Amino acid sequence: MCIAFPGKILSIDPDNFAVIEISGTRREVSLDIVDEPVTVGDYVICHAGYAIQRIDEEAALEKLSFLQELIDNEIY
Amino acid sequence: MKYIDEYRSPDLVRGLLDAVAILAAGIGRDVSLMEICGTHTHAVGRYGLRRLLPGTLRLVSGPGCPVCVTSIGDVDRALHLAGLPGVTFATFGDMLRVPGTGGENLARLRAAGKDVRVIASPADAVRFAEENPARQVVLLGIGFETTAPTVAAAVLRARERGVGNLSVFSAHKTVPQAIRALIADRSLNIDGFLCPGHVSVITGVEAYRMIPQAGRAAAITGFEPADIAEGVLLLLRQIADGRFEVAIQYARGVKAQGNARAREVMAEVFEPGDAEWRGLGVIPGSGLRIRREFEAFDALRRFTLPEIRSAEFRGCRCGDVLRGVMSPDQCGLFGEACTPASPLGPCMVSGEGTCAAYYKYERGL
Repeated sequence: MCIAFPGKILSIDPDNFAVIEISGTRREVSLDIVDEPVTVGDYVICHAGYAIQRIDEEAALEKLSFLQELIDNEIY
Repeated sequence: MKYIDEYRSPDLVRGLLDAVAILAAGIGRDVSLMEICGTHTHAVGRYGLRRLLPGTLRLVSGPGCPVCVTSIGDVDRALHLAGLPGVTFATFGDMLRVPGTGGENLARLRAAGKDVRVIASPADAVRFAEENPARQVVLLGIGFETTAPTVAAAVLRARERGVGNLSVFSAHKTVPQAIRALIADRSLNIDGFLCPGHVSVITGVEAYRMIPQAGRAAAITGFEPADIAEGVLLLLRQIADGRFEVAIQYARGVKAQGNARAREVMAEVFEPGDAEWRGLGVIPGSGLRIRREFEAFDALRRFTLPEIRSAEFRGCRCGDVLRGVMSPDQCGLFGEACTPASPLGPCMVSGEGTCAAYYKYERGL
């Protein structure tokens, strides 16, 4: 039910709807409840036709490199 | 696919599970963790994580499937509204086959000619109402904090555009009160909770303060296999150290403060009310009812509902499964009288219900 997907914003219309791309498919989502400005090219988490959050790219990259380091060096 | 594939890397998952095994062995006792969210239950099954975890770790499935926890009374009320003349009933697809007291469901009503429509977004219901002013559109508001803001946003849009033929039947519920009930349940001894990632996008860490306060571990966790493995690791670390907090594993989507705008929209349209959960009973303040200033959009005020005598299907143990005190295969109906093809109870009906997930992925373990 709370399933949501990361999609890339392709365009935004004046009515505050965005077209996003999720793994090759395009969908329209409302931007009415996102809490920060988003622009074309941003990734947003989408649920039930609404973008609910802009994905924090920096946090994502930082996390992945941290986990990789943890595993490579077996620092459990 | 960006933000998905990286978290399905076998090397990453294997490394994290190695770390989990080492930490679990260090704890030296059996540990029970609960995944609250139905999407987690499903992911755990799909990626076979239960059998990849050490034997001392028990993963219990919780009440995090909104369709499953919808009380039989609310299902009956939804069916009544959907059957009214002139009504177009808009619902998310996973409610279609949930049976009411008489075994009736929305799919059968639709087959009998009632106008039941599956929507992908509450905004679609507003659009339909606008384009069909002669129909009374009733939107079934179902779901937790992830979904409730989208329904609230649709109500605000309807008001803004002067749409007078849309109303919402709110069966929304909120997660923190249910967690409180689970922590208070003495028959359930959970050491740590994998907290639902997408509910947390909205609520932030605040919703789970009661977990560390009760001396249990909490980790807000994403839905890919590496996310879940790391979520388990973060819980074990808290248990090993005896220091409890609300950790954020799903940092790419969840900010500590959550999404304040979505919460404002939700609070503008809804106020807390008591709600009945299947399996957990009535939990005070765990529901969301429509505020008086939006009464024009409240299906329960717009339509007069008769007194409906609701009764649970006999033999179905969904309630115990939702509380985490019983595993689906301990129910006498599971896999015999009750299967995904002919489900008897909501936990088998819903794609993310615990019984459906266990039937699909966990049989014979």
